[in-house]
Amino acid sequence: MTVYLKQLILLLALGFIAGTAAHAQTVTTIKFDQLQELRQAPHDTLYVVNFWATWCKPCIKEMPYFEAAHAQYKDQPVRVILVSMDAVQDKEKRVLPFVEKRNLQSRLYLLDEPDGNTWIDRIEPKWSGTIPATMFFNNKRGQYEFIEREISQQELQELITKYKP
Amino acid sequence: MKNNRIPFIYMACLLLVGVLMSAIPAANNSGYQVGDTARDFKLKNVDGKMISMADYKDAKGFIVTFTCNTCPYSVAYEDRIIDLHNKYAPQGYPVIAINPNDVKASPKDSYKHMQVRAKEKKFPFPYVYDETQEITKAYGATRTPHLYVVQKQKDGSFKVAYIGTIDDNSREPEKVQKKYAEVALDELVAGKAVSQPNTKAIGCTIKWREA
Repeated sequence: MTVYLKQLILLLALGFIAGTAAHAQTVTTIKFDQLQELRQAPHDTLYVVNFWATWCKPCIKEMPYFEAAHAQYKDQPVRVILVSMDAVQDKEKRVLPFVEKRNLQSRLYLLDEPDGNTWIDRIEPKWSGTIPATMFFNNKRGQYEFIEREISQQELQELITKYKP
Repeated sequence: MKNNRIPFIYMACLLLVGVLMSAIPAANNSGYQVGDTARDFKLKNVDGKMISMADYKDAKGFIVTFTCNTCPYSVAYEDRIIDLHNKYAPQGYPVIAINPNDVKASPKDSYKHMQVRAKEKKFPFPYVYDETQEITKAYGATRTPHLYVVQKQKDGSFKVAYIGTIDDNSREPEKVQKKYAEVALDELVAGKAVSQPNTKAIGCTIKWREA
Protein backbone atom coordinates (compact mmCIF):
# COMPACT_ATOMS: atom_id res chain seq x y z
CA MET A 1 0.00 0.00 0.00
CA THR A 2 2.71 2.47 1.04
CA VAL A 3 4.72 1.52 -2.04
CA TYR A 4 1.81 2.38 -4.27
CA LEU A 5 1.29 5.65 -2.41
CA LYS A 6 4.95 6.56 -2.82
CA GLN A 7 4.76 5.81 -6.52
CA LEU A 8 1.62 7.85 -6.84
CA ILE A 9 3.23 10.84 -5.12
CA LEU A 10 6.30 10.48 -7.30
CA LEU A 11 4.14 10.36 -10.42
CA LEU A 12 2.18 13.41 -9.33
CA ALA A 13 5.41 15.28 -8.58
CA LEU A 14 6.87 14.37 -11.97
CA GLY A 15 3.65 15.38 -13.66
CA PHE A 16 3.75 18.73 -11.86
CA ILE A 17 7.35 19.40 -12.95
CA ALA A 18 6.54 18.43 -16.54
CA GLY A 19 3.43 20.60 -16.48
CA THR A 20 5.27 23.73 -15.40
CA ALA A 21 8.18 23.42 -17.84
CA ALA A 22 7.53 24.94 -21.27
CA HIS A 23 6.94 22.08 -23.66
CA ALA A 24 7.61 22.39 -27.34
CA GLN A 25 4.43 22.76 -29.32
CA THR A 26 2.85 19.94 -31.25
CA VAL A 27 2.92 20.10 -35.04
CA THR A 28 -0.51 19.97 -36.67
CA THR A 29 -0.60 18.62 -40.20
CA ILE A 30 -2.89 20.74 -42.38
CA LYS A 31 -4.10 20.78 -45.97
CA PHE A 32 -4.42 23.84 -48.18
CA ASP A 33 -8.02 24.55 -47.15
CA GLN A 34 -6.92 25.01 -43.56
CA LEU A 35 -4.12 27.31 -44.64
CA GLN A 36 -6.64 29.32 -46.64
CA GLU A 37 -8.93 29.43 -43.60
CA LEU A 38 -6.06 30.79 -41.52
CA ARG A 39 -5.27 33.38 -44.20
CA GLN A 40 -8.91 34.52 -44.06
CA ALA A 41 -9.18 34.61 -40.25
CA PRO A 42 -11.58 37.49 -39.55
CA HIS A 43 -10.22 38.56 -36.15
CA ASP A 44 -8.67 41.87 -35.25
CA THR A 45 -5.34 40.11 -34.78
CA LEU A 46 -2.03 40.45 -36.52
CA TYR A 47 -1.05 37.07 -37.97
CA VAL A 48 2.62 36.55 -38.71
CA VAL A 49 2.83 33.38 -40.80
CA ASN A 50 6.32 32.16 -41.63
CA PHE A 51 6.93 29.39 -44.17
CA TRP A 52 10.02 27.32 -43.39
CA ALA A 53 11.51 23.83 -43.55
CA THR A 54 14.11 21.88 -41.60
CA TRP A 55 16.27 21.71 -44.75
CA CYS A 56 16.18 25.50 -45.30
CA LYS A 57 19.24 27.18 -43.78
CA PRO A 58 18.07 30.81 -44.02
CA CYS A 59 14.77 29.75 -42.43
CA ILE A 60 16.54 28.27 -39.45
CA LYS A 61 18.66 31.38 -39.16
CA GLU A 62 15.65 33.66 -38.83
CA MET A 63 13.57 31.28 -36.69
CA PRO A 64 14.77 32.68 -33.32
CA TYR A 65 13.40 36.09 -34.34
CA PHE A 66 9.93 34.62 -34.77
CA GLU A 67 10.20 32.72 -31.50
CA ALA A 68 11.26 35.91 -29.71
CA ALA A 69 8.33 37.78 -31.25
CA HIS A 70 5.99 35.01 -30.13
CA ALA A 71 7.23 35.32 -26.53
CA GLN A 72 7.17 39.11 -26.58
CA TYR A 73 3.60 39.47 -27.91
CA LYS A 74 2.07 36.41 -26.26
CA ASP A 75 -0.51 38.46 -24.38
CA GLN A 76 -1.36 40.76 -27.30
CA PRO A 77 -3.43 40.16 -30.43
CA VAL A 78 -0.38 38.97 -32.34
CA ARG A 79 -0.16 35.36 -33.50
CA VAL A 80 3.13 33.93 -34.72
CA ILE A 81 2.61 30.77 -36.75
CA LEU A 82 5.34 28.66 -38.32
CA VAL A 83 4.25 26.56 -41.28
CA SER A 84 6.67 23.79 -42.20
CA MET A 85 7.08 22.90 -45.87
CA ASP A 86 8.75 19.61 -45.00
CA ALA A 87 7.20 16.56 -46.57
CA VAL A 88 4.70 14.87 -44.26
CA GLN A 89 6.81 11.70 -44.46
CA ASP A 90 9.60 13.60 -42.70
CA LYS A 91 7.41 14.80 -39.82
CA GLU A 92 8.37 12.11 -37.30
CA LYS A 93 12.02 11.78 -38.24
CA ARG A 94 12.97 15.38 -38.95
CA VAL A 95 10.36 17.95 -37.99
CA LEU A 96 9.38 16.72 -34.50
CA PRO A 97 12.98 16.21 -33.33
CA PHE A 98 13.83 19.68 -34.64
CA VAL A 99 10.88 21.20 -32.80
CA GLU A 100 11.84 19.38 -29.57
CA LYS A 101 15.49 20.32 -29.82
CA ARG A 102 14.69 23.99 -30.35
CA ASN A 103 11.79 23.85 -27.91
CA LEU A 104 9.68 25.88 -30.32
CA GLN A 105 6.80 27.74 -28.68
CA SER A 106 5.06 29.37 -31.64
CA ARG A 107 2.04 27.65 -33.15
CA LEU A 108 3.26 24.97 -35.58
CA TYR A 109 1.70 23.58 -38.71
CA LEU A 110 3.00 21.29 -41.41
CA LEU A 111 1.40 21.88 -44.80
CA ASP A 112 0.86 18.54 -46.48
CA GLU A 113 0.55 19.66 -50.10
CA PRO A 114 3.37 18.19 -52.21
CA ASP A 115 2.29 19.92 -55.43
CA GLY A 116 3.10 23.59 -54.92
CA ASN A 117 1.69 24.38 -58.32
CA THR A 118 -1.85 23.69 -57.08
CA TRP A 119 -1.77 26.15 -54.19
CA ILE A 120 1.08 28.74 -54.25
CA ASP A 121 -0.74 31.07 -56.65
CA ARG A 122 -3.96 30.71 -54.68
CA ILE A 123 -2.40 31.95 -51.47
CA GLU A 124 -0.05 34.53 -53.07
CA PRO A 125 0.45 35.00 -56.84
CA LYS A 126 3.61 37.04 -56.21
CA TRP A 127 5.27 34.10 -54.44
CA SER A 128 7.79 32.33 -56.71
CA GLY A 129 7.97 29.38 -54.30
CA THR A 130 11.16 30.02 -52.35
CA ILE A 131 11.41 29.91 -48.60
CA PRO A 132 11.74 31.59 -46.21
CA ALA A 133 8.61 33.58 -46.94
CA THR A 134 6.46 35.45 -44.43
CA MET A 135 2.94 36.86 -44.47
CA PHE A 136 1.67 39.59 -42.19
CA PHE A 137 -2.08 40.16 -42.13
CA ASN A 138 -4.95 41.55 -40.13
CA ASN A 139 -8.09 40.93 -42.17
CA LYS A 140 -10.31 42.99 -39.88
CA ARG A 141 -8.22 46.03 -40.80
CA GLY A 142 -7.52 44.96 -44.38
CA GLN A 143 -3.78 44.85 -43.79
CA TYR A 144 -1.48 42.53 -45.70
CA GLU A 145 2.19 42.29 -46.47
CA PHE A 146 4.20 39.48 -48.06
CA ILE A 147 7.97 39.02 -47.94
CA GLU A 148 9.72 36.33 -49.97
CA ARG A 149 13.19 36.40 -48.46
CA GLU A 150 15.08 36.20 -45.23
CA ILE A 151 14.02 38.81 -42.71
CA SER A 152 16.14 40.56 -40.07
CA GLN A 153 15.06 40.74 -36.46
CA GLN A 154 14.80 44.49 -36.69
CA GLU A 155 12.63 44.31 -39.79
CA LEU A 156 10.35 41.77 -38.13
CA GLN A 157 10.01 43.96 -35.05
CA GLU A 158 9.25 47.01 -37.19
CA LEU A 159 6.55 45.20 -39.15
CA ILE A 160 4.90 43.86 -36.01
CA THR A 161 4.98 47.31 -34.40
CA LYS A 162 3.55 48.80 -37.59
CA TYR A 163 0.60 46.41 -37.84
CA LYS A 164 -0.22 45.14 -34.36
CA PRO A 165 -3.67 46.31 -33.24
CA MET B 1 25.32 81.34 -76.81
CA LYS B 2 24.17 81.25 -73.18
CA ASN B 3 20.57 80.57 -74.23
CA ASN B 4 21.61 77.46 -76.12
CA ARG B 5 22.99 75.82 -73.02
CA ILE B 6 19.68 75.49 -71.17
CA PRO B 7 17.99 73.17 -73.70
CA PHE B 8 21.16 71.10 -73.75
CA ILE B 9 21.15 70.65 -69.97
CA TYR B 10 17.42 69.94 -70.12
CA MET B 11 17.98 67.25 -72.76
CA ALA B 12 20.85 65.75 -70.77
CA CYS B 13 18.61 65.57 -67.70
CA LEU B 14 15.86 63.86 -69.69
CA LEU B 15 18.35 61.39 -71.06
CA LEU B 16 19.66 60.65 -67.58
CA VAL B 17 16.12 60.05 -66.28
CA GLY B 18 15.50 57.73 -69.22
CA VAL B 19 18.64 55.74 -68.53
CA LEU B 20 17.79 55.46 -64.83
CA MET B 21 14.24 54.33 -65.53
CA SER B 22 15.32 51.68 -68.00
CA ALA B 23 17.71 50.38 -65.34
CA ILE B 24 14.89 49.82 -62.82
CA PRO B 25 13.45 46.57 -64.25
CA ALA B 26 16.92 45.02 -64.32
CA ALA B 27 17.54 46.00 -60.71
CA ASN B 28 14.12 44.57 -59.87
CA ASN B 29 15.29 41.16 -61.10
CA SER B 30 12.01 40.46 -62.84
CA GLY B 31 13.59 38.11 -65.38
CA TYR B 32 12.00 36.40 -68.35
CA GLN B 33 8.36 35.67 -68.91
CA VAL B 34 7.10 32.97 -71.26
CA GLY B 35 7.38 34.36 -74.80
CA ASP B 36 10.47 36.45 -74.06
CA THR B 37 13.74 35.94 -75.91
CA ALA B 38 16.31 34.30 -73.66
CA ARG B 39 19.92 35.38 -73.96
CA ASP B 40 22.67 32.92 -74.68
CA PHE B 41 25.57 32.49 -72.27
CA LYS B 42 29.13 31.29 -72.12
CA LEU B 43 29.65 29.40 -68.88
CA LYS B 44 32.30 26.98 -67.68
CA ASN B 45 31.34 23.34 -67.61
CA VAL B 46 32.68 20.84 -65.06
CA ASP B 47 35.08 19.54 -67.76
CA GLY B 48 36.62 23.00 -68.09
CA LYS B 49 35.06 23.79 -71.48
CA MET B 50 32.90 26.84 -72.09
CA ILE B 51 29.28 26.09 -73.01
CA SER B 52 26.90 28.21 -75.09
CA MET B 53 23.52 27.31 -76.54
CA ALA B 54 24.81 28.46 -79.91
CA ASP B 55 27.33 25.58 -79.87
CA TYR B 56 24.54 23.05 -80.38
CA LYS B 57 23.86 23.32 -84.10
CA ASP B 58 21.17 20.62 -84.19
CA ALA B 59 19.25 21.47 -81.01
CA LYS B 60 15.64 22.60 -81.33
CA GLY B 61 15.83 24.10 -77.89
CA PHE B 62 17.08 23.50 -74.37
CA ILE B 63 15.97 22.55 -70.92
CA VAL B 64 17.92 25.22 -69.04
CA THR B 65 17.87 23.99 -65.44
CA PHE B 66 19.04 26.09 -62.52
CA THR B 67 20.11 23.58 -59.91
CA CYS B 68 22.88 23.00 -57.39
CA ASN B 69 24.67 20.47 -55.19
CA THR B 70 23.26 21.47 -51.83
CA CYS B 71 19.52 22.02 -52.09
CA PRO B 72 17.61 18.88 -51.00
CA TYR B 73 15.04 19.55 -53.73
CA SER B 74 17.79 19.68 -56.36
CA VAL B 75 19.26 16.46 -55.03
CA ALA B 76 15.81 14.83 -55.01
CA TYR B 77 15.40 15.80 -58.66
CA GLU B 78 18.88 14.86 -59.94
CA ASP B 79 17.80 11.48 -61.34
CA ARG B 80 14.72 13.02 -62.91
CA ILE B 81 16.83 15.73 -64.58
CA ILE B 82 19.03 12.96 -66.01
CA ASP B 83 15.88 11.17 -67.24
CA LEU B 84 14.61 14.38 -68.84
CA HIS B 85 17.87 14.77 -70.72
CA ASN B 86 17.95 11.14 -71.83
CA LYS B 87 14.38 11.36 -73.07
CA TYR B 88 14.43 14.78 -74.74
CA ALA B 89 18.02 15.27 -75.97
CA PRO B 90 17.32 12.76 -78.81
CA GLN B 91 14.21 14.81 -79.61
CA GLY B 92 16.23 18.02 -79.84
CA TYR B 93 15.94 19.36 -76.29
CA PRO B 94 19.04 18.61 -74.18
CA VAL B 95 19.50 19.74 -70.58
CA ILE B 96 22.00 22.42 -69.66
CA ALA B 97 22.28 22.56 -65.86
CA ILE B 98 23.42 25.84 -64.35
CA ASN B 99 24.58 26.21 -60.76
CA PRO B 100 23.59 29.75 -59.70
CA ASN B 101 24.77 29.72 -56.08
CA ASP B 102 27.46 32.00 -54.73
CA VAL B 103 30.36 30.04 -53.33
CA LYS B 104 30.74 32.28 -50.29
CA ALA B 105 27.09 31.94 -49.36
CA SER B 106 27.10 28.21 -50.14
CA PRO B 107 30.64 26.74 -50.06
CA LYS B 108 29.54 23.25 -51.12
CA ASP B 109 28.29 24.70 -54.40
CA SER B 110 31.84 25.50 -55.49
CA TYR B 111 33.11 24.56 -58.95
CA LYS B 112 35.19 21.77 -57.37
CA HIS B 113 32.14 20.35 -55.60
CA MET B 114 30.19 20.59 -58.87
CA GLN B 115 32.85 18.48 -60.56
CA VAL B 116 32.62 15.87 -57.80
CA ARG B 117 28.83 15.74 -57.96
CA ALA B 118 28.72 15.57 -61.77
CA LYS B 119 31.15 12.66 -61.66
CA GLU B 120 29.27 10.82 -58.90
CA LYS B 121 25.97 11.13 -60.74
CA LYS B 122 27.53 10.74 -64.21
CA PHE B 123 25.59 13.72 -65.52
CA PRO B 124 25.04 13.17 -69.26
CA PHE B 125 24.61 16.95 -69.73
CA PRO B 126 26.80 19.99 -69.07
CA TYR B 127 26.79 21.31 -65.51
CA VAL B 128 28.03 24.88 -65.75
CA TYR B 129 28.75 27.52 -63.16
CA ASP B 130 27.16 30.99 -63.28
CA GLU B 131 29.80 32.43 -61.01
CA THR B 132 28.82 36.06 -61.53
CA GLN B 133 25.09 35.19 -61.30
CA GLU B 134 24.55 37.38 -64.38
CA ILE B 135 22.67 34.68 -66.30
CA THR B 136 20.59 33.68 -63.28
CA LYS B 137 19.52 37.30 -62.84
CA ALA B 138 18.81 37.75 -66.55
CA TYR B 139 16.58 34.68 -66.57
CA GLY B 140 14.98 35.64 -63.26
CA ALA B 141 15.51 32.26 -61.60
CA THR B 142 14.72 32.38 -57.90
CA ARG B 143 14.93 28.81 -56.67
CA THR B 144 16.56 25.46 -57.32
CA PRO B 145 15.57 23.54 -59.30
CA HIS B 146 14.02 26.09 -61.67
CA LEU B 147 13.48 25.12 -65.31
CA TYR B 148 13.40 27.31 -68.41
CA VAL B 149 12.56 25.44 -71.58
CA VAL B 150 13.62 27.56 -74.54
CA GLN B 151 12.84 26.95 -78.20
CA LYS B 152 15.21 27.89 -80.99
CA GLN B 153 13.65 30.28 -83.50
CA LYS B 154 14.34 30.55 -87.23
CA ASP B 155 16.64 33.53 -86.63
CA GLY B 156 18.68 31.49 -84.12
CA SER B 157 17.31 33.27 -81.05
CA PHE B 158 15.80 31.35 -78.11
CA LYS B 159 12.21 31.91 -77.06
CA VAL B 160 11.10 30.97 -73.54
CA ALA B 161 8.33 28.36 -73.83
CA TYR B 162 8.06 27.02 -70.29
CA ILE B 163 9.09 28.23 -66.83
CA GLY B 164 8.62 26.15 -63.74
CA THR B 165 8.99 22.87 -62.01
CA ILE B 166 9.57 19.29 -63.14
CA ASP B 167 6.56 17.54 -61.66
CA ASP B 168 4.09 17.55 -58.78
CA ASN B 169 6.00 15.56 -56.15
CA SER B 170 9.61 16.28 -55.24
CA ARG B 171 9.76 13.89 -52.29
CA GLU B 172 8.21 10.76 -53.80
CA PRO B 173 8.97 10.22 -57.50
CA GLU B 174 6.78 7.12 -57.54
CA LYS B 175 3.75 9.21 -56.57
CA VAL B 176 4.13 11.73 -59.38
CA GLN B 177 0.92 12.26 -61.29
CA LYS B 178 1.58 15.44 -63.24
CA LYS B 179 4.82 15.66 -65.20
CA TYR B 180 4.58 19.38 -65.92
CA ALA B 181 7.90 19.74 -67.79
CA GLU B 182 7.38 16.60 -69.88
CA VAL B 183 3.91 17.73 -70.93
CA ALA B 184 5.36 21.05 -72.08
CA LEU B 185 8.24 19.35 -73.91
CA ASP B 186 5.93 16.83 -75.60
CA GLU B 187 3.78 19.69 -76.84
CA LEU B 188 6.82 21.60 -78.13
CA VAL B 189 8.18 18.54 -79.89
CA ALA B 190 4.74 17.97 -81.47
CA GLY B 191 4.70 21.59 -82.68
CA LYS B 192 1.84 22.51 -80.38
CA ALA B 193 1.39 25.45 -78.03
CA VAL B 194 2.37 24.72 -74.43
CA SER B 195 -0.88 24.31 -72.50
CA GLN B 196 0.57 25.07 -69.06
CA PRO B 197 3.62 27.25 -69.63
CA ASN B 198 4.02 28.40 -66.01
CA THR B 199 4.19 26.18 -62.93
CA LYS B 200 5.39 26.77 -59.40
CA ALA B 201 6.95 24.69 -56.67
CA ILE B 202 8.49 25.22 -53.26
CA GLY B 203 12.25 25.25 -53.60
CA CYS B 204 15.49 26.44 -52.07
CA THR B 205 16.19 30.08 -52.53
CA ILE B 206 19.19 30.89 -54.74
CA LYS B 207 22.15 31.89 -52.58
CA TRP B 208 22.93 35.38 -53.83
CA ARG B 209 26.31 37.01 -53.58
CA GLU B 210 26.32 39.65 -50.89
CA ALA B 211 26.46 43.10 -52.43
